Amino acid sequence: MGAQLRVYKRRIRSVTATKKITKAMEMIAASRVVKAHRKVQASTPYAKELTRAVTAVGTGSNTRHPLTTEAETPTRSAVLLLTSDRGLAGAFNSNAIKAAEQLTARLEAEGKEVDTYIVGRRGVAHYNFRERKIAEQWTGFTDQPEYADAKKVAGPLIEAIEKDTAEGGVDELHIVYTEFVSMMTQTPIDSRLLPLSLEEVAEDVPQGEILPLYDFEPSAEDVLDALLPRYVESRIYNALLQSAASKHAATRRAMKSATDNAGDLITTLSRLANAARQAEITQEISEIVGGSAALADATAGSDK
Amino acid sequence: MAAELHVELVAADRQVWSGEATLVVARTTSGDIGVMPGHQPLLGVLESGPVTIRTSDGGTVVAAVHGGFISFADNKLSLLAEIAELSDEIDVQRVERELEQAKAAGDESAERRADVRLRAVETR
Repeated sequence: MGAQLRVYKRRIRSVTATKKITKAMEMIAASRVVKAHRKVQASTPYAKELTRAVTAVGTGSNTRHPLTTEAETPTRSAVLLLTSDRGLAGAFNSNAIKAAEQLTARLEAEGKEVDTYIVGRRGVAHYNFRERKIAEQWTGFTDQPEYADAKKVAGPLIEAIEKDTAEGGVDELHIVYTEFVSMMTQTPIDSRLLPLSLEEVAEDVPQGEILPLYDFEPSAEDVLDALLPRYVESRIYNALLQSAASKHAATRRAMKSATDNAGDLITTLSRLANAARQAEITQEISEIVGGSAALADATAGSDK
Repeated sequence: MAAELHVELVAADRQVWSGEATLVVARTTSGDIGVMPGHQPLLGVLESGPVTIRTSDGGTVVAAVHGGFISFADNKLSLLAEIAELSDEIDVQRVERELEQAKAAGDESAERRADVRLRAVETR
């Protein structure tokens, strides 16, 4: 076997191995998307009931709460960025990071200081590499977030917002995550989580539904006190789940195109290998023919 | 047929139980509260404790609930909890082990959680 052909054969073998790996990763990601999506749906009843309850307290009483009061001149904001721990997900992480950077630039243009909180190793690595300050970071659970993880993330954030701005607290909290629209579409979005505007929450409840006049136990203030942190936690939990589902969908797509590319590469390489083999055969034949012709010429000469 | 109310018991990550009931007893921060059909609209903060649901077919469902809310309106009752387990789902031996561990470690909240689970199983 000629040298050329051997090189092609070797490359085909290596690309085939890569293709097998990417194909397996694609299938794993596909099954994880389904699981993650199911988790998003399983958390919906809780989120829905909680939204209803928050709306009920918000519209049924005139209570003020630090989590719903807007500062007159907000000077510090917190941005919570949700990325993933692992890469191989196409533009998933860079899109989320880009959205966070745009938001940060916008907030800074408004004259606010920005504290960045990051979930996921990829985002942390991105910020560390550029030597930017991270207020707090969490890693290790982005593939399958649990409610306890959302609590862990929400705790310091709620603490920061309840603190006075002068003592290092923040006035508002923004969250940047990747929304899972469908298997094919995931869009990074940013939204303001706190201070919570009860009017906005109320819009989520179907129109035409009249909320009853609730009796609060023990009191409206206490209910709101207990309710709002839970609401924030549930929103963060939902964002974590959506981000996880999006990440798996992005991985699936990236791995699918990697598999397709490997397939194309194998086709091209086998064409080249075939051509090389044919060239080798042709050369061998012409060598034989040439050799025998030369021999024939030689014997014809000696006959004379 | 007795009047009924619709109950949804949801935890943060799943729906635990849903169905019709005639009486629901839960523990709020200001004491135990029983809700029957036609109760006035109510929104309360729950303590860690067992929740007893008397279903319309005469059975009883007990669940251990850790923190959350009770909300009742239009004969629909929702129990929202961060963690909720039906008493049938609770593994007594494991919880007893957890209780001992929590006592040994002096972890009060874990001790309470385990205690609530055990009580939920006992009232079954």
